[in-house]
Amino acid sequence: MSAATAATAVAPGMESGHYRSSKLPDIKLLMWVFLASDIMFFGTLIGTYLVYKGRSLTGPYPADVLDIPLTTVSTFVLLMSSFLMVLALHALRGDDIAKFRLWTFGVAFFGAIFLGFQIYEFAHFVDLGLTLQGNLFGTTFYVLTGTHGVHVSIGVIWLLSILIHSYVKPWSSKDEAYLEVAGLYWHFVDIVWIVIFTIVYLVEFV
Amino acid sequence: MHVRRWLQRGLAIAASVPLIAACEFSGPQSALDPAGPVAQAQRDLFVWTLWLSVPVMVGVFGVLLYSVLRFRAKNAEDERAIPHQTHGNFKLEIAWTIIPVILVILVAVPTVRTIFSTEQRVEAGPDDLAVHATGYQWWFKFDYLDHGFTTANELIIPVGTRVVVSLDSADVLHSFWVPNLAGKRDMIPNNDNQVWFVADAPGTYYGQCAELCLGAHAYMRFRVIAMEQPDYDRWIASFQNAAAQPVSADPLVERGRALVAQKGCVACHAIDGYRPGTEVGNPDFPSLTNFGLRTTVGAAIADNTPENLAAWLRDPQAMKPGNYMPTLWRADDPNREDEIEAIVAYLLSLGRDGQASGQLTLGGIHGGQ
Amino acid sequence: MAVSKVTVPVPAPESTPSDGLFTRPTWTTGIASWLTTVDHKRLGLLYIFTSFLFMAAASVEAFLIRLQLAVPNNTLLSPDAYNQMFTMHGVTMVFLAIMPLGIGFANYFVPLQIGARDLAFPRLNALGYWIYAAGGAFLYSSFFLGGAPDAGWFAYSPLTSLSNNPGNGTDFYMIGLLVGGIGTLVTAMNLIVTIVSMRAPGMTMMRVPVFTWMMLVTSFLIIFAFPPLTIALLQVIMDRTFGTLFYVPEAGGMPILWQHLFWIFGHPEVYIIVLPAFGVISEVIPTFSRKPLFGYPVVILSGIFIGFMGFAVWSHHMFTTGLGPVVNTAFALTSFVIGIPTGIKIFNWLGTIWGGKVVFTTSMLYAISFLFTFTLGGITGIMLAVPPFDAQAQDSYFVVAHFHYVMGGGALMAFFAGLYYWFPKMSGKLMDERIGKLGFWFLVPGLHLIFFPQHIAGLMGMPRRTQTYVAGIGLELPNLLSTAGTFVMLIGLILLLVNIVHGVLRGKPAGNDPWDARTLEWSVSSPPPHHNFDHQPVVNDRDALWVQKYPESVHGERVPESASEPYDAAGIHLPGQSWYPLFMGLALLVFSYALLFHNFWVVGISLAMVFFFTYAWALEGVGGHHFPAGRRGAGQHSKEGHA
Ligand code: HEA
Ligand code: HEA
Ligand code: HEC
Ligand code: CUA
Ligand SMILES: [Cu+2]
Repeated sequence: MSAATAATAVAPGMESGHYRSSKLPDIKLLMWVFLASDIMFFGTLIGTYLVYKGRSLTGPYPADVLDIPLTTVSTFVLLMSSFLMVLALHALRGDDIAKFRLWTFGVAFFGAIFLGFQIYEFAHFVDLGLTLQGNLFGTTFYVLTGTHGVHVSIGVIWLLSILIHSYVKPWSSKDEAYLEVAGLYWHFVDIVWIVIFTIVYLVEFV
Repeated sequence: MHVRRWLQRGLAIAASVPLIAACEFSGPQSALDPAGPVAQAQRDLFVWTLWLSVPVMVGVFGVLLYSVLRFRAKNAEDERAIPHQTHGNFKLEIAWTIIPVILVILVAVPTVRTIFSTEQRVEAGPDDLAVHATGYQWWFKFDYLDHGFTTANELIIPVGTRVVVSLDSADVLHSFWVPNLAGKRDMIPNNDNQVWFVADAPGTYYGQCAELCLGAHAYMRFRVIAMEQPDYDRWIASFQNAAAQPVSADPLVERGRALVAQKGCVACHAIDGYRPGTEVGNPDFPSLTNFGLRTTVGAAIADNTPENLAAWLRDPQAMKPGNYMPTLWRADDPNREDEIEAIVAYLLSLGRDGQASGQLTLGGIHGGQ
Repeated sequence: MAVSKVTVPVPAPESTPSDGLFTRPTWTTGIASWLTTVDHKRLGLLYIFTSFLFMAAASVEAFLIRLQLAVPNNTLLSPDAYNQMFTMHGVTMVFLAIMPLGIGFANYFVPLQIGARDLAFPRLNALGYWIYAAGGAFLYSSFFLGGAPDAGWFAYSPLTSLSNNPGNGTDFYMIGLLVGGIGTLVTAMNLIVTIVSMRAPGMTMMRVPVFTWMMLVTSFLIIFAFPPLTIALLQVIMDRTFGTLFYVPEAGGMPILWQHLFWIFGHPEVYIIVLPAFGVISEVIPTFSRKPLFGYPVVILSGIFIGFMGFAVWSHHMFTTGLGPVVNTAFALTSFVIGIPTGIKIFNWLGTIWGGKVVFTTSMLYAISFLFTFTLGGITGIMLAVPPFDAQAQDSYFVVAHFHYVMGGGALMAFFAGLYYWFPKMSGKLMDERIGKLGFWFLVPGLHLIFFPQHIAGLMGMPRRTQTYVAGIGLELPNLLSTAGTFVMLIGLILLLVNIVHGVLRGKPAGNDPWDARTLEWSVSSPPPHHNFDHQPVVNDRDALWVQKYPESVHGERVPESASEPYDAAGIHLPGQSWYPLFMGLALLVFSYALLFHNFWVVGISLAMVFFFTYAWALEGVGGHHFPAGRRGAGQHSKEGHA
């Protein structure tokens, strides 16, 4: 960290002051490894959902409650947030701090909207009689989408923390790795949602 | 150095292992003592893998032993010597990749064949005996699907007939395992399982629950008793006629019959022909129909003698800790022994034309003790 | 240059000013220095020490199991107590003893082997340890809080449902493993990043020592295998706490799903246990045969292949659950195939010994016994992978014998080899070879006396997990022998402990390189200085230290000292210590108890604590010490060290 970053005569791999045998920053590598592991978490939850699909002994069944148009809107919001994430990173790389803050806020805001939709949806489903304890569909549905919701919440908090931190201690393009890591996480959570949306919602109606 | 002698001796010992394993180790619960084609095929496969492991063991242990002895550092100077620093040998790598591949193929071919000849699901046809077995904590229920009656803990089968057992569990996992006849198959709620086997010779084969079910798991045993067809037919007939159980001439037996109601036994236990026209019991408890024909008490943990039966009734928890049968007499109950005597007489008279006494033998125990 | 001492005469470092909101502690001695340590060597020692404690507990449980089974119809333990014993024995050995032992060695030696000064994320490393310690303490507190788990180490559903198992024990199992698993996961992630990005200049992947390689593969296994278990645990916790229906048969739930999820984790888990052991063996055998590992690339590749295949065999634990002949065939074949790379490894180890100069140290003896015992255990593994035979052997003592051969006789003996091998490096002292060998001759024969007869008991129809067995069907003799074996093994274990204590207190100084070994950890003093290497090691070949010592023998070239200069220019920076890993572990411990006792207020508070500590962690700045460039310490690349 504290090493001289004189542009001249730095041995290859020494850019960060320590010798590094990999080009990727450590935190990015860590995030990749975490995401690889997270795939297995979601894979298991989705697998459980699929195994129990159609095995509920009582209603309500998926077709009774799922509302494609509504969830399509929230999915779209989440997708757009990923787009904003790209913009935020681009702005930070260009040292355009104002834009970086704006877009970062945008991502978190869209994420929060998505969560709002999800809370509404859960409340609505409970009104329709779909509860965590009511049948297997409820059990697997809430645990799967709930886990995803927790991921989104963590992402929102993380991005807001970055936003606040950028006021405490000004960020610049040299901090890009920290934002990129959050971005990786965010895109991943987004992609997982596409998969869940397809498997839980869309497949029900084809 | 007698490395060669050692190797020869080792080879001889290793080679005799399969032979020993193949002929020793008999017993009523031994997987190496098959009494039917399924268990036979399973044992044969085991013996085959044992043979195949001989060259592997001889090779690996021989080379290991030889090289550590032959290449050992003999003195302090040797311990600092630098042997030739070889890094590998491509041809050797190929060779010792191919050897296990061959071994694997040699195991795999008979394995796959035996899987399909012993584990294929079958439909019970008219020539087969179809039984539905349910595991309970901690006993087995057997429904004879073709004959419409139910028994517990002892499965009576005819010799030479294919027995097709469908498996279910009423609570947790259990497993149906009669080593002499066939390998185990688990009893899983919501999982329709099946096992089938044939007994080649009459005899008593020990069964054991082989899946942890807590509590009295260790005591969750059962027996399969294979009979010659005529004996078997008689046994079936006595169950089919159990509802027409005659009133016994023995007053002790009749007192027992009355007590069984008074003490509440029939709240749980079904007894066909308890009283003409009355159905008693609950299907989720062991049926005591024709209990006099049983050879064991308490899920095959004790022989069905008057003494053992009395001990069971006196304190089921002492004989089989944790089981779900309540103790029905307080220890200071003055009538306890009298009542138990009567109930024992009654229970043992069931299926024996009202006779509570007399020796009963059903086949011999397989493999000897 | 003389043999270096425990303390290395490196000039006092300058402490770097904190650039965060909080300052990091900098104790170097005393209990606080251990509680706040982020040094991989100290954490490694903590791991190894803690895993030994748990191993002692699990051994006492094993001992009780064997005493109960010495004769039929014994009543030393009630069925309930017995169920708790084998469950805790299995859980402890697998999760709290042998896996952390491997991780402990990895903590200590991976950075040293690759020429790094720590793991990539030192605080995360500490967190991994504290979560492990907290999880273990949590599990063991169950004995005092209503009974230990009793459903076996794989806790099959529906035995774990609230209706079938109302006590706390199952909650302890589920929550303990859930939380403990998080610790294992972060450590694995940390190791991966470390091995990928912190190798010394010139250390390409094909020059990485095999132990480190195997830890890399193991870490990948962990990150892919633990999530299915974690989710399965979560499902049962939800069932028991919030009334969900995952494993409620009456609502259509399928107990068999738990089995799949458990074994998708569980089979890779056995390779998570044994691959580090393979790694240790791949260090010990070349060192004491005084030859490079035979077929290095092949050994690495077969390790990777085993790792892959490990995810494709799980149903061989479920042959008797009625998956049908096609599924059984498929999983039988994949299981056979796993024997091929394992065999290749064994053959390469033999090839290493062949033509070498075998030095019979205690460590080497354990390695040889590993080859012997593991091969036997592997062969019974192949037998079990034959479904028709497995129908007889599953859940019998044949299986118990198999896995004790591969785990006890395989992995554990390999770790004992590693302990004897690395003890001088960790303590700076030598263990006594005479006591060591004496112990060996009790331990390993004792082990075989315990577990060989169990094959026979299993074939004679003895089911596992039963606190008693029927007299008169031939089970008495094997069980008696097996119990007798525990006494023999006990003597061996005691001698091992005596030797450790003796070594720490009275051992002769070890010097840098007592075994004339081959890899970088032997190039530094024993124990290594806090910063590991005074100069950044630079590597140009496999067996980096050997090349440095005997270049002619391998047609290699010594790396000149000057090669380090460009990398030393920036000096050495070591981060400060931190309280937050420990605090985080404690918060998770509070969380575990709160969840167990359904106190959701406290659950909330503990999560808030985790949240708070996360921020404190992120903002506490770097701090620590900075060693300016240009100062030379002792013991670098010193060929004299072993003279
Ligand atoms: C360190 C841990 C470890 C290791 C390495 C292994 C290795 C293997 N195991 Fe084992 N196993 C366990 C730990 C381990 N196992 C545990 C803990 C259980 C029980 C869990 C429980 O129920 O509680 C278990 C149970 C278990 C079962 C289920 C039994 C049952 O419950 O019914 C099976 C079935 O296939 C099996 C198979 C194998 C195979 C094929 C290997 C192979 O990897 C072995 C490969 C090695 C060799 C084959 C030897 C060397 C090879 C040669 C010399 C080459 C030539 C030989 C041939 C190719 C044949 N194991
Ligand atoms: C690494 C894994 C490992 C190791 C090393 C061991 C080591 C031992 N195991 Fe273990 N075992 C398992 C993993 C392991 N086990 C697992 C996973 C199960 C399955 C659990 C389940 O079914 O759920 C199992 C089950 C199991 C059973 C089957 C129980 C049953 O199914 O009913 C038995 C029975 O003999 C047994 C015995 C032993 C013995 C005697 C040792 C010995 O090698 C241990 C040596 C110990 C002694 C010789 C005792 C002496 C020590 C002391 C008295 C303490 C001294 C104090 C200090 C050292 C400080 N084990
Ligand atoms: C609450 C129900 C209940 C009552 C009442 C009860 N039993 Fe039982 N009984 C059981 C259960 C459960 C078992 C199976 C125990 C086991 O093996 O795990 C059993 C087993 C038995 C067995 C052994 C059966 C076998 O297949 O080996 C006998 C005999 C028996 N009971 C007789 C009686 C008699 C006689 C009475 C009355 C005096 C009685 N029971 C009252 C529940 C009950
Ligand atoms: Cu039923 Cu064990
Ligand atoms: Cu396995």
